[in-house]
Amino acid sequence: MGKNLFQKVWDDHVIRQLDNGQHQVFMALHLIHEVTSPQAFGMLKDKGLNVAYPKRTYATVDHIIPTDNQSRPLADDMAEKMIQVLSDASSEHGIEFFAPESGSQGIVHVVGPELGLTQPGMTICCGDSHTATHGAFGCIALGIGTSQVRDVLASQTLAMDPLKVRRIKVDGELSVGVTAKDVILHIIRILGVNGGVGYAYEYGGSVIDAMTMEERMTVCNMSIEGGARCGYINPDETTFEFLKGRERVPADFDEACEKWRGYASDLEASYDDEVLISAADIKPTVTWGVTPAQAISIEELVPSPHKAEGLDKNLINDALSYMKLEAGAPIKGTKIDVAFIGSCTNGRLSDFQAVAKVIEGKTVASNVRAIAVPGSEKVDKDARAIGLHDLFEAAGFEWRKPGCSMCLAMNPDKLVGDEICASSSNRNFIGRQGSSTGRTILMSPIMVAASAIEGSVADAREVFNLTEETS
Amino acid sequence: MSLSKLAGKGVYVQGNDIDTDRIIPARYLKCVTFDELGPSLFYDVRFESDGTSKDHVLDAHQHEGAEILISDDNFGCGSSREHAPQAIQKFGLKAVIAGSFAEIFQGNCTTLGIPCVVMDEANRVKLTADVEKHPESEIIIDLEGMQVICANAIYPILMKESTREAFLTSTFDPLDNLLGAKTEIHSTAKKLGYA
Repeated sequence: MGKNLFQKVWDDHVIRQLDNGQHQVFMALHLIHEVTSPQAFGMLKDKGLNVAYPKRTYATVDHIIPTDNQSRPLADDMAEKMIQVLSDASSEHGIEFFAPESGSQGIVHVVGPELGLTQPGMTICCGDSHTATHGAFGCIALGIGTSQVRDVLASQTLAMDPLKVRRIKVDGELSVGVTAKDVILHIIRILGVNGGVGYAYEYGGSVIDAMTMEERMTVCNMSIEGGARCGYINPDETTFEFLKGRERVPADFDEACEKWRGYASDLEASYDDEVLISAADIKPTVTWGVTPAQAISIEELVPSPHKAEGLDKNLINDALSYMKLEAGAPIKGTKIDVAFIGSCTNGRLSDFQAVAKVIEGKTVASNVRAIAVPGSEKVDKDARAIGLHDLFEAAGFEWRKPGCSMCLAMNPDKLVGDEICASSSNRNFIGRQGSSTGRTILMSPIMVAASAIEGSVADAREVFNLTEETS
Repeated sequence: MSLSKLAGKGVYVQGNDIDTDRIIPARYLKCVTFDELGPSLFYDVRFESDGTSKDHVLDAHQHEGAEILISDDNFGCGSSREHAPQAIQKFGLKAVIAGSFAEIFQGNCTTLGIPCVVMDEANRVKLTADVEKHPESEIIIDLEGMQVICANAIYPILMKESTREAFLTSTFDPLDNLLGAKTEIHSTAKKLGYA
């Protein structure tokens, strides 16, 4: 009987079983940022502890950093302090810190892969739930809390229970205008926001196999939105090709690839559950409610609570009243105020390239404030080098500096009042984008661009005349 | 300190999929310690933007001093922010009863010594009806017997065995335990080429 990737990586990294039944697991890579990690250094200090393996932790700033003016000191005193505390703690403990304007700063889940720090077969953790992103490389990548950040700093290990593994096979061929974002929104819609509790998700099938690494990262990124503790994709030639030549990959790259190949799930591996999804069923998908599972295709109507019962009925009613949407009305045509392209879900070079390909000669509607926020300094640099920044600005987008920005609105990028945002980010929770009455509609970057141009939720296939021939 | 038994008044915050952004909005994450988070718990649900009370159940006088939070399915989903359980604890709540929990949240709660226990819907309906009718009733969470006792009624609860064991043996904060294996950690690191 074969093993799946989760079991292989787990077995390699388990140190021992603890008395309470949990396992102590070594963390190959630990990423920290300014919002959930500075407090952990305080906890270490209180206990008189040191960082055990400082070379296995890397720091950057992303959550709170402004995207308009990053010159120091920052206008927001507390933001400045948080960045300073992280920077000081990093240098005190010998942790490498990718500071703003170093050329390597960015959203932690964009930076790790682009530097080649993220490698197949690793256990990776970070005080951020979207750490699942790194699973795209065939890793067990876990979001953790601050006390666990403390545990990893002090011991390079975590206490945890093994997870079950659900294989999600997406077979067929995606039709034009359907992206990796639509695939994961569709999966969450089907399996629910808590369908993944207790599981790691293994994504496979011909659709996943054909994806680029950046698309795979988009899929894995939102595993947590489906309740899964992590999500991963087996490493293959696409993975190795992406990593080849990156700054931090092993010197003997071919040997490393050999080892990495061995982590992929065996053909005869067993799973705790398997789900088959047909690519033909996936359409450009948008959310209508306040959880990522409250999603429909752009062709569908906003659901009605009448068919639901009990708490489900309440959920739909509450979501509709918060979103101020009418049950049974088309989602297409819903007026928007803001368009946001960026985040660890969709803030990589290929996301901006996909939009650039279709927005040339088009203009953002006058009622829409549109911002494009590259995921890292490297994404920004690469995008500028091929003129994307000019193209976005010509279309009426503001091209910003890197950071998490309006995904969680801890910096000045926020919705005002009950504004609606067409967003390429990952969460449409109540108040998520910085206003307690602000509204978020999640979608792919090209759908955000189409909606920005129309001034309302739009179908990218229509706005950009996408046909099988043009793709 | 063993947390095998906890008791206190209850308060029911109704709803499935209550995410950690709702438990503590992101703007309150601007801090370098967790000390001041208590008053910001569920802030946007409890207060208007000008600070006027929305008369949320957490602020109702009959639930003043409540120590057991009750909610529904998938409680604590979304962001991994430990600020959420920290705010719950600093507000004065000691345990959470819900239909189910998101895992990162539950793990964070465990480390802080906040038991998260699962109770099925039928029992939750009875328990919350009782809490609403008699808010002064004491709720006892008994992790040895895996039951909740309230007003002479007994409700079965669930918890992952390793987590339960961690509470019963006071090892819910794992750090000391983890540090006890320095040699093994080093040999694993070496074996995998990480040291």
